[in-house]
Amino acid sequence: MEIVIETPNSPRKRKGANWEKYGWMYMRISGAVLIVLIFGHLIVNLWDKGVGAIDFAFVAGKWTNPFWQVWDVLMLWLALIHGTNGMRTITNDYAEKEWVRKTLNITLWVVCGALIILGTLVATTFDPCIDPNAVNYLPTVCK
Amino acid sequence: MAKLPAGTLYRGKVGMWSWVLHRITGVAIFFFLLVHILDTSLVRVDPEAYNGVMATYKTVIIGFGELGLVAAILFHAFNGVRIILIDFWRKGFKYQNLMFWIVVAIAFILFAGFAPRHLMHVFSYNN
Repeated sequence: MEIVIETPNSPRKRKGANWEKYGWMYMRISGAVLIVLIFGHLIVNLWDKGVGAIDFAFVAGKWTNPFWQVWDVLMLWLALIHGTNGMRTITNDYAEKEWVRKTLNITLWVVCGALIILGTLVATTFDPCIDPNAVNYLPTVCK
Repeated sequence: MAKLPAGTLYRGKVGMWSWVLHRITGVAIFFFLLVHILDTSLVRVDPEAYNGVMATYKTVIIGFGELGLVAAILFHAFNGVRIILIDFWRKGFKYQNLMFWIVVAIAFILFAGFAPRHLMHVFSYNN
């Protein structure tokens, strides 16, 4: 077999897009946006009236406003991809066997995709009057 | 003991420990996010089921867990800004050590403001 030794100074040849670079950029851009989105989320949900005030009617009150639907869906996509890519970095660092690393990374992205689809559907198809019989739990718009 | 090479950002001291903390807080926030998407999804299933799960978030024990979550988010967010500044700001590398302590100070001040209010919310709900 012929062994080819590349010239050390020659520029590195790449096949296709540089995904690691895009991932690196994504972490910083999404991170900056997430600071605004998550701090806003915490101020409205945890700081303002406290965790005790969160119930179905509270969510309905927010999600009948498209502003918060867009806010939450954007937060979902940015945060979950940011977190999944971070977890991928960690498995790449610590998983020593190649099949373990690949299995974990595939699992991470499958879970990420499934939860993005689930969360997006939940926020966009939300129905505040989902069960007219559960009168006690419904927001005032349904009564 | 071998002397540390000069100009190393990630080996030893603040550069390394901020990186370790960034990972630990990141993993913790990630697993909370997974749970949080699933519990919120219950609003599409049944209002009563959603309120039942939310009742767990309002207990004293989970209330303290929420303090930990907010602390993790505060550190991760501001240390993330520090990382961006190290990467994109010309003087970021020079001030990375100082910026770490600024991150800790900002996170601590905001946490000190949040914690009493959150505990008041939690304990008044449980009384």
